[in-house]
Amino acid sequence: MIPPAFEYLRPKTIPEAVAMLQQHGDDAKILSGGQSLIPMMKLRLARPSHLIDINRISGLSYIKEDGGFLTIGGLTREAEVEASAVVRQKYPIVLDTATVIADPQVRNLATVGGNLAHGDPANDHPATMIALAAQIVATGAKGERVIPIDNFFKSLFETDLKHDEILTEIRIPVPPPKSGGAYFKLERKVGDFATAAVAVQLTLDGGGAVQKVGIGMTNVGPTPLRAKKAEGALQGKKPDPAAIEQAAKLAAEESQPSSDLRGPVEYKRGLIKELTKRAIAKALERAGK
Amino acid sequence: MTKKEVVKLKINGKDREALAEPRLLLVHFIREALGLTGTHVGCDTSNCGACTVIVNGKPVKSCTMFAVQADGAEVMTVEGLIKDGALHPLQEGFKEEHGLQCGFCTPGMLMSTYALLQKNAAPKEEEIRWGISGNLCRCTGYQNIVKAVQYASKKMAQGGK
Repeated sequence: MIPPAFEYLRPKTIPEAVAMLQQHGDDAKILSGGQSLIPMMKLRLARPSHLIDINRISGLSYIKEDGGFLTIGGLTREAEVEASAVVRQKYPIVLDTATVIADPQVRNLATVGGNLAHGDPANDHPATMIALAAQIVATGAKGERVIPIDNFFKSLFETDLKHDEILTEIRIPVPPPKSGGAYFKLERKVGDFATAAVAVQLTLDGGGAVQKVGIGMTNVGPTPLRAKKAEGALQGKKPDPAAIEQAAKLAAEESQPSSDLRGPVEYKRGLIKELTKRAIAKALERAGK
Repeated sequence: MTKKEVVKLKINGKDREALAEPRLLLVHFIREALGLTGTHVGCDTSNCGACTVIVNGKPVKSCTMFAVQADGAEVMTVEGLIKDGALHPLQEGFKEEHGLQCGFCTPGMLMSTYALLQKNAAPKEEEIRWGISGNLCRCTGYQNIVKAVQYASKKMAQGGK
C-alpha cells in the first residue's frame, strides 16, 4: 500500500517546526515515530499535505527526574523507556505499559509523545498517564503550555493540542514513599490493541489507608477514561478485599466499551472488573503493603 | 507526484544513493531502487515483520518508515549477513535446525534475531520468543526458529562471527 503523496519537511528546531505548522495549515502533520500515522496514511485514513519530520530535532529524547517530576522528552522511543534505569527502578507502571505496546520493532520507532498526541483511546500510555496525573507540555509560537492530563483527551483522535503546537514533554509527578502502580492489559496477541486495559497508581498513608489513587482505562470509550467512582471507593479507605471488589465493580460500570471484533460489551466490562482488581493488587504489592 | 529527494545511506557497509519520492517506503527503496530483494514485503501493515531491517543498530519494519527518513542512516539487510561467502551462524542455525519451511518470514526473522544476539549474546528461550514477537511465521510453529537462534548463540560463543 502506497501512502498518498505529501511534501516532506525536515526542521532542525522546534520553532522552525512550529513555523512550518503555521505556514502549511491544518493539513500539515508532525511525523514522530510514524507507527500510527504511516499505517493510517496507507489506509487513506490520514492524508496530510505536508509531513513535518521532527526526528532530526536534537534534545527531544530523554528520561530524567527533574524538579519533582519524571520528565520524558516528546520524541523518546518506547524502547528507550524499556531500557531506562530510572523507569525500571522507580516507575514499574510505566515499564509495564511500554513493554506491552505493539512489538519490538515498532517500539524501536514509536514514541511516548506520539502515543499520547495521537489521541487514540486504544493506545496504552494515556490510561497510565491518567493514573499518574501526568502533565503534557505543548510548545507553540508563544512558548510552552502545560496541560493537565485530565484536560488533554477531548474526543476520538482529538486532543487539546492546537494545530500549531507540538507535544514536547511529559511530566509525571515523582510518587511519594509508599506508592505503587501497575498496568494490566489483555490483548489477543502481541501487537494488537488492548481488548481492555487498566492502570492503577496509589499511595498509602502511615496507617495503610489509600491516601491517593488514580485509575485509567484503555479502549473502553471514545477517549481514555478516568474511573472516578472507582477511585472514590478506595480513597481514604483501607484497601481490603471488599473495597477492592467495590472499586472494580464501579470501574466496570464507568467503562463505556463498544461491542466489536474483540468482544461484546458484557465481556469487556467483565474484563475491566478483573483487570482493575489485578492492577490494584499489584499496585499495593509494589507500594510495599 | 511530489519532487524526488536524494536519499544517501550506508547499506551493508556500502555507500549508496538514489532518488525517492517522499512517500516511498523504505522497503520499496531497498528492493526497487537499490535492487536488494532479500527483504520481503509481507503484510504491508506493520504486523508480520517480514520486512524487518536494521536501521542504526535497531530492527524496524521497513514498510512503516519512509526512505527519506533513512537518509544518512546505516542500514543492514539480510544480504549483509554473509561474510566472504560463509553463512552467518544464524543462517547456518536456520539451515541446520530446519528453522524455515517456505522461507518467506526468514529474512525478517534473521534481522530481528541478529539484533537480539547483538544486545544479548546468550538469550534464554523466553527472551528469544519475546525477541521474535514482532515476526510472524506460519510454517514452523516457532519451535525450530528458537532452536536456530540457540544454535547461533552457542556457535558465536565458540568464536563464530
